[in-house]
Amino acid sequence: MQRKFIIGIALIIAAIVYLIVSSSQASAQYFLTVEELQQKGQQMAGRELRISGAVLGETIQFDSATLDLSFDVVHIPGDNKEIEAQGGLAEVLHQAVIDPTLPRLHVVYNGPMPDLLKNEAQAIMTGTLDDAGVFHASELLLKCPTRYDEAVPEQTGN
Amino acid sequence: MTVDLGFGLLILALIVTSYAAVAAIVGVSRNDNRWVNSARLASLITFPLLTLAVVVLLYLITTGHYEVSYVYAVSSNAMPLYLKLTALWGGQAGSLVFWSWLMAAFSSAVMLRKWDRDREFLPWVIVVTMITLIFFLGMVIFFENPFVRFWGTPMGARIEAMFPPVGSELLVPNDGRGLNPLLRHPGMIIHPPMLYLGFVSFVIPFAFALAALITGRTDDRWIRITRRWTLVAWLFLTIGLVLGMRWAYDVLGWGGYWGWDPVEIAALMPWLTGTAFLHSVMIQEKRGMFKQWNMLLIILTYDLVIYGTFLTRSGVLSSVHAFAQSAIGPLFFAFIALTFVVSIWLMLLRWKSLRSEGQLQSLLSRETLFLINNLLFLGLFIECFWGVNFPLLSELVTGQKVTFGPEWYIRATGPLWGGLLLLMGIAPISAWQISTIKTLGRAFWKPFIPSLAAVGVVLALGIRQPGAIIGFWLVALVASVTIYEYWRGIRARSHSTGENVFQAIWRLTEKNRRRYGGYIIHLGIIFMALGVIGIEVFQQQTQGALTPGQQLELADYTVTYKSLAEWDTADGKNVARAVMEVSRDGKVLQELYPRRDYYYDSQQPMTIPGVRSTIEDDIYVILVDWEPISTRQATFKVFRNPLVSWLWFGSIILILGSIIAVWPTPERESAR
Repeated sequence: MQRKFIIGIALIIAAIVYLIVSSSQASAQYFLTVEELQQKGQQMAGRELRISGAVLGETIQFDSATLDLSFDVVHIPGDNKEIEAQGGLAEVLHQAVIDPTLPRLHVVYNGPMPDLLKNEAQAIMTGTLDDAGVFHASELLLKCPTRYDEAVPEQTGN
Repeated sequence: MTVDLGFGLLILALIVTSYAAVAAIVGVSRNDNRWVNSARLASLITFPLLTLAVVVLLYLITTGHYEVSYVYAVSSNAMPLYLKLTALWGGQAGSLVFWSWLMAAFSSAVMLRKWDRDREFLPWVIVVTMITLIFFLGMVIFFENPFVRFWGTPMGARIEAMFPPVGSELLVPNDGRGLNPLLRHPGMIIHPPMLYLGFVSFVIPFAFALAALITGRTDDRWIRITRRWTLVAWLFLTIGLVLGMRWAYDVLGWGGYWGWDPVEIAALMPWLTGTAFLHSVMIQEKRGMFKQWNMLLIILTYDLVIYGTFLTRSGVLSSVHAFAQSAIGPLFFAFIALTFVVSIWLMLLRWKSLRSEGQLQSLLSRETLFLINNLLFLGLFIECFWGVNFPLLSELVTGQKVTFGPEWYIRATGPLWGGLLLLMGIAPISAWQISTIKTLGRAFWKPFIPSLAAVGVVLALGIRQPGAIIGFWLVALVASVTIYEYWRGIRARSHSTGENVFQAIWRLTEKNRRRYGGYIIHLGIIFMALGVIGIEVFQQQTQGALTPGQQLELADYTVTYKSLAEWDTADGKNVARAVMEVSRDGKVLQELYPRRDYYYDSQQPMTIPGVRSTIEDDIYVILVDWEPISTRQATFKVFRNPLVSWLWFGSIILILGSIIAVWPTPERESAR
């Protein structure tokens, strides 16, 4: 009798493990920097990827009739420690945008123009790379590190 | 002065709390009731102390004491009073104070119960609740002090400190930064407190569980004492989660309600283990089985509650980095690790006395089905845990960061949710102990047939997605099983007592609140499942740029853009609001007003959809973008979310069911 239960429990556990493994193979997203993406190049084509980079303001193009949006992002380090070591996210983004030697990536997206999409914003994009090396984003997240934390607040004169 | 008073109260509370924990231990080791009584009184005092501290903080917030950095961060002159009050939990420091206050309230409520028969639990319940409180108060006092003020040094720098650095002057800003606009929503006002109420109430069953382990009274006494606490905790946690979903649907403007964000998952994980616990304690009460398992579940739930508090503490948006930089993150993990290891160790010490009194006898018996239910809940928890933590792990091991998006969670968890629905349909009609295919089949075929009829209807409507067909079948199955169970009970009662149907329903529910309340909860869950299937499988969307008079078509709806207006409001925001007309078959149904608010002070936009909600579907319109004044062209996104209002309706049914289950039963209470 007890054997039946052990087999049953084992089957359920196996099913859970299977679900985790199969889903991971099908829909895990690889988090890469622009540089890593360009090094790996075509072997990553067609896979679901997450890329983070600094938005280059002058490259932003948006057609409000078709909602076609395109822009370039510049490589920034993927590692938080590295970012901190280089003076924080805001500084890293700022340096990336003015440094023409860093690798860049062309991104296309269809959808509303996000409010936060502007020069020196950090874009975190989910999507796939095509054969021509253009990144097709299906999801677009933006972060703008503000410095208003550091500013001394306005105060009354006492 | 007031600020010092608030901080002093916190310190006093920490001292009293520490004393209570120590006195309780002394009382046990000397077997001296006077010490235990003293500990009990001390833990009762924490509540008024922390209430005062909360009042002081609220006073500072509502009167605009912006020299206090917490007040500066979460409040502003333009905010209405009710929002200022909710700013108490609008940031990290305040929400930790709020947590501590709830912990003090709940431990006091427990202290006030009659202890005569369970005297040996008392000191250990004090110890566990007080240690938890010490941890949170310590966090507040030493790392996340809400009473810290701004000071200007002679060098012109700004410092945040509790006490004035030498030679510095107090800086008093004119206005605060204000609560994050996304949090200024009715759902957000009650969502965090509900979640926290749920979190904190789970500490009580955990405290009794540990008391049972330490004293060796590992029978089901601790479970009986805390079973209402568990239900209440579960209810609040559920309400908290649903409100969070509703808030996301109403405010975040992406057309959905759940995004499998780590913060959401952190709140879901204790719910998963808590729900498993809620089910499996019934088996321990009835059959004396699953004792080790129940211990494990409540320990897990407790630590997940602490973990959830850590991740969710200040709503959605503040970055996790804030934690990484302060010492609070590692300390949280240390506390979680320590309590987990100690609890598991205690459990292993009592492992033998936690052995099952009965044995599983048949694969289809109710006990076995409960066991499977538990495994599925635990499986869901493991998937969530894996999904949240795998990115860290993969980076450590392979250097390659991998993340999981919603698609991963839907794929991985979907079948398990389906399995739970199936169990919800089978378990209520399976027999205890021995149940075979034959006996189960005999009970099962009557409710089974209507569920097949429902599948017929679904197919006739032209629905072909396998996920949806299975989902609708399961929903129909659970519904008909639940109704069948009710009907059987009613018929039996009215036969034997001659009561009419309504009397029978009333008396039946009254006689066994937990059982029939539970069935109502199940009904609520399947209504919610309808909503989930509707939006997950059948959501449609379209988008386009329109000039006034132009329209978008979606399913058989037409959404016409009428006009757009933009203005500034007195409370410091810019509002752009479109007027849209929804019609179907040429008949105008409703006007919708999707809008976007832009908050000048925090430079943050907020997209509020216009929603037409019916039991059939929601038409959900988002104002995406517009050309300022000149062309009056604007871009809209329109979603059709079928059945989604059932999600909210189901959650109300679920709450009603929980209240029925929790409601005190007078006769039994006095018999105890």
